[in-house]
Amino acid sequence: MSREAVRGGALLVSIGVLGLVVLLSLWIGTKSIPFTDTFSLLLADDGTGDAAIVRDVRVPRAALGLLVGAALGLSGAVMQALTRNPLADPGLLGVNMGAAAAIVSAIAFFGITSPTGYVWFALAGAAGTATVVYVLGAAGRGTATPDRLVLSGAALTAVLLAYVSAILLLFTHTFDSFRFWNVGSLAGRDFQLIGQISPFVLPGILIAFLLARNLNVLALGDHTGKALGANVNRTRAFGVLSVTLMAGAATAAAGPISFVGLTVPHVARMIGGSDQRWVLAFSAVLSPILLLGSDIVGRVIIAPQEMEVGIITAFIGAPVFIALCRRRKLATL
Amino acid sequence: MRTIRTPAVSLRFSERALLVSTAMAALTVAAAVATMVTGDFPLTIGEVLATFSGNGDGYADFVIFTLRLPRLITGLLVGAALALSGAILQSLSRNPLASPDIIGFTQGAATGAIAVIVLVQGSMTATALGATAVGLLTSAAVYLLAFKQGVQGFRLVLIGIGVSAMMLAVNSYLITRATLESALAAQTWLVGGLNNRGWDEAQVVAAVLAVLLPCALVLGRRLALLEMGDSAATGLGVNAERTRLALLVVSVGLAAVATAAAGPISFVALAAPQLARRLTGASGPGLVASALMGGLLLVVSDFAVQRLFPTTQLPVGIATGAIGGLYLVWLLAHEWRKGSGT
Repeated sequence: MSREAVRGGALLVSIGVLGLVVLLSLWIGTKSIPFTDTFSLLLADDGTGDAAIVRDVRVPRAALGLLVGAALGLSGAVMQALTRNPLADPGLLGVNMGAAAAIVSAIAFFGITSPTGYVWFALAGAAGTATVVYVLGAAGRGTATPDRLVLSGAALTAVLLAYVSAILLLFTHTFDSFRFWNVGSLAGRDFQLIGQISPFVLPGILIAFLLARNLNVLALGDHTGKALGANVNRTRAFGVLSVTLMAGAATAAAGPISFVGLTVPHVARMIGGSDQRWVLAFSAVLSPILLLGSDIVGRVIIAPQEMEVGIITAFIGAPVFIALCRRRKLATL
Repeated sequence: MRTIRTPAVSLRFSERALLVSTAMAALTVAAAVATMVTGDFPLTIGEVLATFSGNGDGYADFVIFTLRLPRLITGLLVGAALALSGAILQSLSRNPLASPDIIGFTQGAATGAIAVIVLVQGSMTATALGATAVGLLTSAAVYLLAFKQGVQGFRLVLIGIGVSAMMLAVNSYLITRATLESALAAQTWLVGGLNNRGWDEAQVVAAVLAVLLPCALVLGRRLALLEMGDSAATGLGVNAERTRLALLVVSVGLAAVATAAAGPISFVALAAPQLARRLTGASGPGLVASALMGGLLLVVSDFAVQRLFPTTQLPVGIATGAIGGLYLVWLLAHEWRKGSGT
């Protein structure tokens, strides 16, 4: 079989697994509902409590998991391609810390404590920070290098972390709300939140896939990229925009779940090779599998209580990731 | 580049690096003097000098020798240790983002400390011991997991990411399940601070640095060779695998003693080597300049939290992030305007 056929087959299998995980996430939960009933309720609302659980709790949660998962994985893949740095996660543009700083301010100064209330603050914080990082790190005349971008991201992240830490230590009640957002969770989210983040996530995903070819050229280095006719600066600008839209909205909806964006692209490269079109496709499918799968485990592992998805993702994902790193030949960036 | 030759030794150095290092040392002394004379009990420089020569009154003795000096020395040494640790790791991994995080030390140490604080409400010493023990175990685990006919830098980085993520998950779990009071204590430790640090901490850090600093400087001469790649380094007579392990041990040891004394003070390990490199214009790892920058950053930051916000008892980790971060932002913007830099 040709290399392309193997990759295509692997992608199809991954999509099949993702479909299965979505079904499981509709079926499994604290309230046990028979498998067949779950889907008849999905098609027709019979007005019972079970119908409300499936239609109003589990469906939005699965949809949000799909959106957030794909957004996190894709933004990680784009970020690593842009910076050519394996340590780069979407948070490095300051997106997570910008969102955190805005949310801490929202809790401390405006008394807001619900996910739907956080969302606009988080988006504004993420977008503002990413813009500053980009201007500082990449917008110079001919001076933009990946290392400058990651360093300005790290510098701004440190300043915001200082602000967040200071507020958390000075306002105890803020810390009490913030610590639960900071773990990363899909619980208690509804359709309204999906409506709030979709206008950001979906265009972000579109831009990412449109950029795939240019990211391939960028991987050869700025000079070679330019020599081959790619507009390096425009690619970088759109890349940053796409990461900000996707990671900003995902963080706003579910909290900072950095593990997914950091590691899934590495796994995607182990399976799909270094072609960004395949890396993006695998990242978009594998990330929601990890996120939704972890969410299901989190619902049953200490039932009737729930374990936050941010904790489970690392616990399930990290051993798999480490085993893959040991076994496979690593494709460097 | 200039060279000094004597019959015994010959030293190569760059004039700019020497100038910048001297300036940093002078600024550190100035910040130290400012820390000595200001505060709730102001002293004159004359009183400070008199105290140091043994002629101070009991009041100045107490303020200097019990309150201000041990904290200053702890901060200076902790900053230097963190910066050295970061400089070594950044050079080894050829990654400007590297700090003791990448080998799992920081998150591992945090797990140890949070576990002691949240589960057994342990003392400050118990917290420090827990942090050091779990941090060292985590780093050893990362190294062993990455070992496969030698340790390749890229694999080490990826395994470090995986292991750190697991420890971070444990930390999040402990912090969300703890009482608010314990969680706040853990959060305070996580920021890293020098409040209530005395001679015990200063002595431990000084003793460990006395051993590790010479090791770092001697081994550091091979860092530049390792940066050229394993095969080039081997060709030049360096045992790459063994040198890398030795450097990793020194680097983790430095991070461990600093974390035990003051908690995981953020950003110093990452920023100090970068700031030093940008100021000296050096292409390779400048260990001495990095250490000086780390010490300076911490002394200035601690002065800022003690004197600008005296009533809040804010930990120094907040100021290192803010000052170090803003300074790096300024430096990057400055290079950007000049249209140079890397």
